[in-house]
Amino acid sequence: MAKITFIQHNGTEQTVDGLPGMSVMETAIKNLVPGIDADCGGACACATCHVYVEPEWKEKTGARNPMEEDMLDFAFDVRDSSRLSCQIKVATALDGLRVRVPEKQF
Amino acid sequence: MSDVISTDAVIVGAGPCGLFAVFELGLLDIKCHVIDILDRAGGQCAELYPEKPIYDIPALTIVTGAELTHRLLEQSKPFHPEYHFNQMVTELKKLEDGQFELKTDGGLVFRCKVVVVAAGGGSFQPKKPPIPGIEAYEGNSVHYSIKKMEILRGKDILIVGGGDSALDWTLNLQPIAKSLTLLHRRDDFRAAPDSVKKMRELVSAGKMQFKLGQVTGLKGEGGVLSAAQVKGADGQAFEISTNAMLPFFGLTMKLGPVAGWGLNLHENLIPVDTEKFESSVPGIFAIGDINTYPGKLKLILSGFHEAALMAQQAFHIKNPGERLVFQYTTSSSSLQKKLGVA
Repeated sequence: MAKITFIQHNGTEQTVDGLPGMSVMETAIKNLVPGIDADCGGACACATCHVYVEPEWKEKTGARNPMEEDMLDFAFDVRDSSRLSCQIKVATALDGLRVRVPEKQF
Repeated sequence: MSDVISTDAVIVGAGPCGLFAVFELGLLDIKCHVIDILDRAGGQCAELYPEKPIYDIPALTIVTGAELTHRLLEQSKPFHPEYHFNQMVTELKKLEDGQFELKTDGGLVFRCKVVVVAAGGGSFQPKKPPIPGIEAYEGNSVHYSIKKMEILRGKDILIVGGGDSALDWTLNLQPIAKSLTLLHRRDDFRAAPDSVKKMRELVSAGKMQFKLGQVTGLKGEGGVLSAAQVKGADGQAFEISTNAMLPFFGLTMKLGPVAGWGLNLHENLIPVDTEKFESSVPGIFAIGDINTYPGKLKLILSGFHEAALMAQQAFHIKNPGERLVFQYTTSSSSLQKKLGVA
């Protein structure tokens, strides 16, 4: 189990249990976290599960894969910390992970 | 007045369920026209995951969205459906003679006895970036799609994005623009390498500009854009003068005009019965992801089942009072004749 905290644009925090092997996006959907739309259901085909990984977790969550980098072209306000949450796998090493949800997936 | 296309059934949506509906209706001699907003068949299978594997189609251990689409098109070929792509159905109404009339944004008009809404998550429409105040410029200085290139002649065009749409329009519009700038967040492109090469050649020849960055704000007056404010890849802010901005951020599914067709809706879905998959308006059916009923699962295989049952009722609408004898394709010579295998 790994605790994952989603921080909304307005600062509201929600901490949920993530199961290793599931994606951060799936964890958000399962726990009804607002702001993660995931239109394509996790196929890395829509860029509507965009999150900003908090700086202290950037290294542990790793680098974007090439497909994800391409898909991020369809996201808005892409920053260095931008990831698609369907491409981050929950692992015990990510216990305590904190990600910010953009104001709007579009 | 455009010519009216008369047919038995119009299917709205060329995704897997719409394509299989052609087959099931075809077995019952119901002739179909299929309309889709995309430029090709497949719906979400084509737009969202053409290369991704699907594992839960009965008897196919693994199949990609593109392959499934291809197979469904092949399967319904014997029934000679007619496809109308790049068309969004904007209006659907019942006429006094009991037929339905559908109109598309491309000016097509259809009359039919049966309408099958197989529109999935709705229509794929261009994504609108949430740039503050962008709404004020939409339709005038900000365009998400281009129906007539001529309106952009002589403009200072700013194209935003790095996919095929962004690059294709860069190449198409450069010759008629007063100036053209392509803005993208990185120096890599998901667009076809050949288009990227041509774009870079135009930049080298001084015929257009390529800049790295993302739009953060817009400047202008009275709906007329004068400049886009940009945050560069290095974090520095700058402005690009433009009076025509074209953002290309891919497509998103919106319910769209379906909401205005007078059908009962529940949370943007069309409630149907589970015997005929008919909407609140007799003769208008809804199958696949767009419908809802107790226990509904948004699975392609559920949509196939729905298509088969829908077709039975569609037969009775087309042939009132006629008895329908249920037949198997395995043993019925008349069905095999229709399929061209007897």
